[in-house]
Amino acid sequence: MKHKTSWLWPLLLPLAAVAQDADSIPAKSLQEVLVITTKSAQHKQGKLLSSLDEYLSGSEQLNLVKRGAYAWEPLLNGMASERSVITIDGMRIYMACTDKMDPVTSYVETSNLSKAVVKSGQAGAAHGATVAGSIDLVRKKAGFGAAAMQTGIVTGYESNNRQRILGADWQIVRPGFYADLDFTYRKADNYKAGDKQEILYSQFTKYNLSAITGFKWNDHQQLEASLIFDNASDIGYPALPMDVALARAAIASLAYTRHHISPSVHQWETKIYYNSVTHHMDDSDRPDVPVRMDMPGWTKTAGVYSVLSGASSKHNWKASLSGHHNSSLAEMTMFSNNPGEKDMYMLTWPGVHTYYGGIFMEDRFRISNEWMLQGSAGWALQQNQIRNEMGLKSLEIFYPLIQQTQTRALKNLSAGLQYQPSRWNFSVGASYGERAPSVSEGYGFYLFNSFDRYDYIGNPNLLKEKSIEFNAGATYTDSLFQLKWKGSFFHVMDYIMGMTDNSYIPMTIGASGVRIYGQIPFAQIWNTSFSGAWQIFKSISVSTRASYRRGLSDQKENLPLIQPFSYGAKLQYKTSKLNAELVMDGAIRQSRYSISFGENPAPDYTIFNITAGYKFRFDKMNMIFNAGVENLFDRHYTTFADWSRVPRMGRNFFTSLIIKLRS
Amino acid sequence: MLAIVLTMAACSKENDAPKSQDELGGLKHAATITNEDHKIELYTVKGNFISGYNEIALQIKDKNGNLIPNASISWEPVMQMMSMSHSCPYSAISRKDGARNTYGGYIIFQMAGNDMEHWQLTIHYSINGQEYSAVKQIDVLPSNRQQVQSFMGSDNERYVLALVEPSAPKVAVNNMSAALYRMKSMMEFEIVDGYTVEIDPRMPSMGNHGSPNNVHLVQGADKFYHGKLSLTMTGYWKINLRLLDASGNPLKGEELTGEQESSSLYFEIEF
Repeated sequence: MKHKTSWLWPLLLPLAAVAQDADSIPAKSLQEVLVITTKSAQHKQGKLLSSLDEYLSGSEQLNLVKRGAYAWEPLLNGMASERSVITIDGMRIYMACTDKMDPVTSYVETSNLSKAVVKSGQAGAAHGATVAGSIDLVRKKAGFGAAAMQTGIVTGYESNNRQRILGADWQIVRPGFYADLDFTYRKADNYKAGDKQEILYSQFTKYNLSAITGFKWNDHQQLEASLIFDNASDIGYPALPMDVALARAAIASLAYTRHHISPSVHQWETKIYYNSVTHHMDDSDRPDVPVRMDMPGWTKTAGVYSVLSGASSKHNWKASLSGHHNSSLAEMTMFSNNPGEKDMYMLTWPGVHTYYGGIFMEDRFRISNEWMLQGSAGWALQQNQIRNEMGLKSLEIFYPLIQQTQTRALKNLSAGLQYQPSRWNFSVGASYGERAPSVSEGYGFYLFNSFDRYDYIGNPNLLKEKSIEFNAGATYTDSLFQLKWKGSFFHVMDYIMGMTDNSYIPMTIGASGVRIYGQIPFAQIWNTSFSGAWQIFKSISVSTRASYRRGLSDQKENLPLIQPFSYGAKLQYKTSKLNAELVMDGAIRQSRYSISFGENPAPDYTIFNITAGYKFRFDKMNMIFNAGVENLFDRHYTTFADWSRVPRMGRNFFTSLIIKLRS
Repeated sequence: MLAIVLTMAACSKENDAPKSQDELGGLKHAATITNEDHKIELYTVKGNFISGYNEIALQIKDKNGNLIPNASISWEPVMQMMSMSHSCPYSAISRKDGARNTYGGYIIFQMAGNDMEHWQLTIHYSINGQEYSAVKQIDVLPSNRQQVQSFMGSDNERYVLALVEPSAPKVAVNNMSAALYRMKSMMEFEIVDGYTVEIDPRMPSMGNHGSPNNVHLVQGADKFYHGKLSLTMTGYWKINLRLLDASGNPLKGEELTGEQESSSLYFEIEF
């Protein structure tokens, strides 16, 4: 339902957004930039206080799988989150939930961010081995400049789930110093689907505190420290049998940047970081469960990266070294219904340590004004180690000869060509990349998937997953029109998926069986999207979009969670003070679905949203008022990306007020 | 436990105390049987006797508290019931490996004692050709979970099957062993050779969850039956059993299917 308004602007704005990065030559086809401008004085988004998930829904390359109203899992190019790398300012963070209830994107707030850079395929391999690509969430920072200070207050309310949003931020800018501090609080009750059906266990509460400060001791050298503390509690997951009592992340970093090292070497940035995630999954709010259980998980990640970038007349290059260490541990305690019986305890992530070190280089070579060649190459070493004795012994039950350590070398390579005659931009590209199995795929122990109702067991002997990708794009832009077409094809070899093994007895009560992670020879995924925008008058524009994916196994069976043909359109009226939008969003019936994953066809739907915002300007104050209705006709609907087909939100009135004070 | 260690240290101060302590290696005192000449101290891992397999260490002390190193010992446990009495499977007693003053063996009590019925343990021993004996009623407590089962096989023989290992179960593939005896008479039990004990571990409170890669128990050189037991988590496990004779004929226990949720022959493990 929340696809709504945000989807168009990213498509119109990538040029502008990329151009902020002075060193880079626009590479429209390989990356997409979602501008997140919640609290800037501009009002580009239809709904100002959208969650990050709602913003990301605006990307053609992303689908967000919903297990509830909170912490949606981003699928990049139709592939689940273990196939992509999600970073915050280049920092690796590992989710701590074995059931994917806390993707990295759930630990930030839009108020912390300036943009999300989505890269497809191996263009996204700078921060880690990937198949689908990468999403880098770029922090917002005030930056150095003439002395200024700004204070902001944010309030919002959404009627459907009584979501209350409250936030405050403060920025100070000096020539040699800056600081950004911001706080956001959201609290929501259960939402109601169309026809007023209350979706139980869809509530959430979250606060997020973020601080970032920079210090410059000469024109060429600066230090930046950053901290995010995100704390969500009492989060319901209506699509799952369990909820989350607590999801907490502390994310800290220190970065040193040096500019203008030589005429051709422009910048050297080195960052060290550490983050710790705690996740407590439990079912204490559910009245009726076969057996009570707690499933906490923890991850800790420490890392470093160092990036050198430079340019010459024809070249624009970047070279980076990165490394990180992660430990992931998750456990499950079940409380027997028979009094006097001891608690049942197992390790679901057996204390897995991951060491990763890699090198990555990219270059854009401007052959002529119209032609550009780009390439990247990287090599990394990844090692997994089971450090927990009980965890190792647990997995020995399935793999008597299990090695405590697994090391894999991961390579990636990409090449692309762009041709830009005046208003057109054509691009083609190809890439090859490899990834190691995720913690769950390699070492998970009886992880229940509530969609297909199987218990999953990891497989430490999996081979690397290897991907060949081809992409192509064409864009036409003039002062009135923008047309954009994009397509990509992934041929993923040794594709990792769960394979039913009937010789095993499931652990979860009511589960259909056990699936062991295995590999099929290959899977193929096609993605294509089209969008167009037309500035009819100075203040009126219309835009449309359409996208489609297809995913098949080597046996021509449909892959799960693949988006059917989806479409949207938007009519916008915009002046310097007023912004009003009417948005339509929909999809056709999902006729291709994965039966073995427990999918049934998601029906077709079309929904409408309206929003309007008005900006008041005073001497030292800006005020933006914003209100709207989502799912105007209270449609009861569910999509392919809704876990277990839980219906989405019905009609929702929202309103927000942002006040910015300069001093 | 500390108290016991201290007491033991205090009692045997004047003897070759350090040696005897080392020989007991953390075992706890379970009972003392006395006669006019000697004190026989019995030790077990937990300091008591329970229904099931009990590994027992003994020491004989003279009146001055000196440990006797060169005794030859045998024992005879007897259950005194209201109307009858019977014995149980037990091993011979031999000197513990590497020990000077400590002897060991095992007794498989197939039931616990109670107010009306109790176990009586007689120890016969000779020191330098002189015969002695001592007898005492001992407390055999019921084990929390079933560790031994006495049953009639389909061949109309009575058997006693007792769990020996794992005594400290882990979430892992555990080495499992069991002792299988045939009841020749009320007082005589013999080890059974060449049978198979099939195992199917389940968790009844988890919808009868079962574990993979278990190995059925077959007889080893030590005459016990050995196999592998996979336990995927802590908690209460019912180890469903099936006893097959040397020709593979089922003697006791049922195979688990959808309807058959447990076997009539089983052990229980909880940890």
